[in-house]
Amino acid sequence: MSAVLQDPQLMEVNPPLVAGDPGYHDLSQKICQIVEGDVLKTPRKYWITLSVIGSITVLLVCMLTFLVWNGIGVWGNNKPVGWAWDITNFVFWIGIGHAGTLISAILFLFRQKWRTSINRSAEAMTLFAVMCAGIFPLFHTGRPWRAYWLFPIPNTDLNIWQNFRSPLIWDVFAVSTYFTVSLLFWFTGLVPDLATLRDRTASRLKQWIYGLLCMGWRGSARHWSNYEKAYLILAAISTPLVLSVHSIVSFDFATSVIPGWHTTIFPPYFVAGAIFSGFACVMTLLLIARWTLNLQELITIKHLENMNKIILVTGSIVGYAYGCEFFIAWYSGNTFERFTFLNRAFGPYWWAAWTMYTCNVFIPQLYWFKKLRRNLWVMFVISITTNIGMWFERFVIIATSLTRDFLPSAWGEFHPTWVDMCTFAGTIGLFLTLFLVFARFLPMIAISEVKGVLAVQKHQFKGQEVIAK
Amino acid sequence: MNPKFDVDQIKDKLGLGPDKIYGVMGEFSEPEELVEAGRKIREMGYTKLDAMSPFPVHGIDEAIGVPPSKLGWMVIWFTVLGILTAQILIWYVGAIDYPLVIGGKPLFDFSYTIPITFELAVLFSAFASFFGIFIFNGLPRLYHPSSKHPSAYRASDDRFLLVIEAADPKFDAGKCVEHLRSVGADVVEVVEG
Repeated sequence: MSAVLQDPQLMEVNPPLVAGDPGYHDLSQKICQIVEGDVLKTPRKYWITLSVIGSITVLLVCMLTFLVWNGIGVWGNNKPVGWAWDITNFVFWIGIGHAGTLISAILFLFRQKWRTSINRSAEAMTLFAVMCAGIFPLFHTGRPWRAYWLFPIPNTDLNIWQNFRSPLIWDVFAVSTYFTVSLLFWFTGLVPDLATLRDRTASRLKQWIYGLLCMGWRGSARHWSNYEKAYLILAAISTPLVLSVHSIVSFDFATSVIPGWHTTIFPPYFVAGAIFSGFACVMTLLLIARWTLNLQELITIKHLENMNKIILVTGSIVGYAYGCEFFIAWYSGNTFERFTFLNRAFGPYWWAAWTMYTCNVFIPQLYWFKKLRRNLWVMFVISITTNIGMWFERFVIIATSLTRDFLPSAWGEFHPTWVDMCTFAGTIGLFLTLFLVFARFLPMIAISEVKGVLAVQKHQFKGQEVIAK
Repeated sequence: MNPKFDVDQIKDKLGLGPDKIYGVMGEFSEPEELVEAGRKIREMGYTKLDAMSPFPVHGIDEAIGVPPSKLGWMVIWFTVLGILTAQILIWYVGAIDYPLVIGGKPLFDFSYTIPITFELAVLFSAFASFFGIFIFNGLPRLYHPSSKHPSAYRASDDRFLLVIEAADPKFDAGKCVEHLRSVGADVVEVVEG
């Protein structure tokens, strides 16, 4: 069997998704040992990293407290830029989340087996990114304790219903549905793995906790039959959902009359950008996890290369959208629209626009070369520049359009305050803290799904062995 | 204490206890063996079969006769419920309970209800499929007799178990053990309820 796996010709055409030909038990062992280790014996570098990142999260709490105490004037938002870093960060984080759902749902429907090694961590990343995203609009309301006013809940202190003709309320529904469905999807995938953890542990307390969490899962054929049906349905409904969420986010802009916002290209353009930035973020996190937790056999170069191909495709779609926007601005003959786009590239925020073009359009083109697509350092750097570029994309769209709209007398500039900066840094801290805790205490790779792939792989190579004979 | 609370009676109802038998279980180490054995056992005329595996095994449903999942039907009804909820909510709120003219737009129109209708349809279907898994599987369940088999804890790791349940009309513990051994099962045991 292993002789077949090592056949160089076969490896070249179709490298195995699980390297090293492990058994089912080896897989459980490999993934579970990270979770099962004694908490007190966790390597010191983990605690040091966690405390550094955790203190950035504390900074977030301080900034939000400061904001609630003083009011949102501590942010740099002011006329004419009423939406600034808060919405930029909101769109940025929501966008990052999209890759998780794409990997777990869309690639599932397309029968892309390579997703199994990365879907769990990508889904977790989605949840954490959406949590970070939610913070910004919630605190931008100024009175987060009145957040229930956003939902159609009968109450006696508002005495008015929401305006369902506004894209902002659509956004509330889209984002909260997205979070809930992602959470259910993620937990569904986790149930069989929690059962594995329950069956492996000798501690009575842990058996009890994992047993409750997996709700008595025993892997019966009837269980799997219903489970697979439900998983398929969740994937099928998450696919249009993930496309709808960023489309609805883009409606916040597209339905307004501000030049630079009022375009029909926004929904597909936002969705492509979201997947682009999300994949880059999954890449950053996976490269770190792969290196620190020794997961090279499960997250192979093939997985990473496939992700880089998606980054190349979506990056090019984003580049096409940029070009299309410029063309339409010129072709429309609309003075304001033309000015906005010239101002974007050559106005006071030219540096932001060119950072975005460089990071999002030019740099990912390096992935046309197979050597670069498979180089760990190259992909690590590009995954970070991509996210820098995508943050700037949202900033450019939001800030440059608002600073100079119609009348020059209403023009202005935007300057972020230290609170803006620390709050954004704080959400990065929160995101990384949650991810680090997840990677330590829950199985980072979907054990049962990888075992399914392994079974098929064994079967497949067995068949080829017969043909070779 | 409630006089109706009788442990023996409850155990009796659930089919538990030392005098009750849950079934005969045997162990396999590869999924293909499980499917093959399942098919053979079913051909011997047994109907109440079950299999436990660490991942969904392709072909086991047909082999041991697990009917196709009915979960999809429940989800469809919840999707419809989600659509109706959104439509009725937006119509009642905007056109009946608090009519407010904004920008000269109509008080209710299908076009602007599309995003929220879609989101609620997705939300309701997601809840239905998630809870469907547990409702259709009879979970959460604190205890199951199958856990008494010495390899039960490996059914979530690297072993595949086949069960002939005592509820089977053809069930006879001795013969079942023999039959399971004949199809290649290891660690064949009679498991108490």
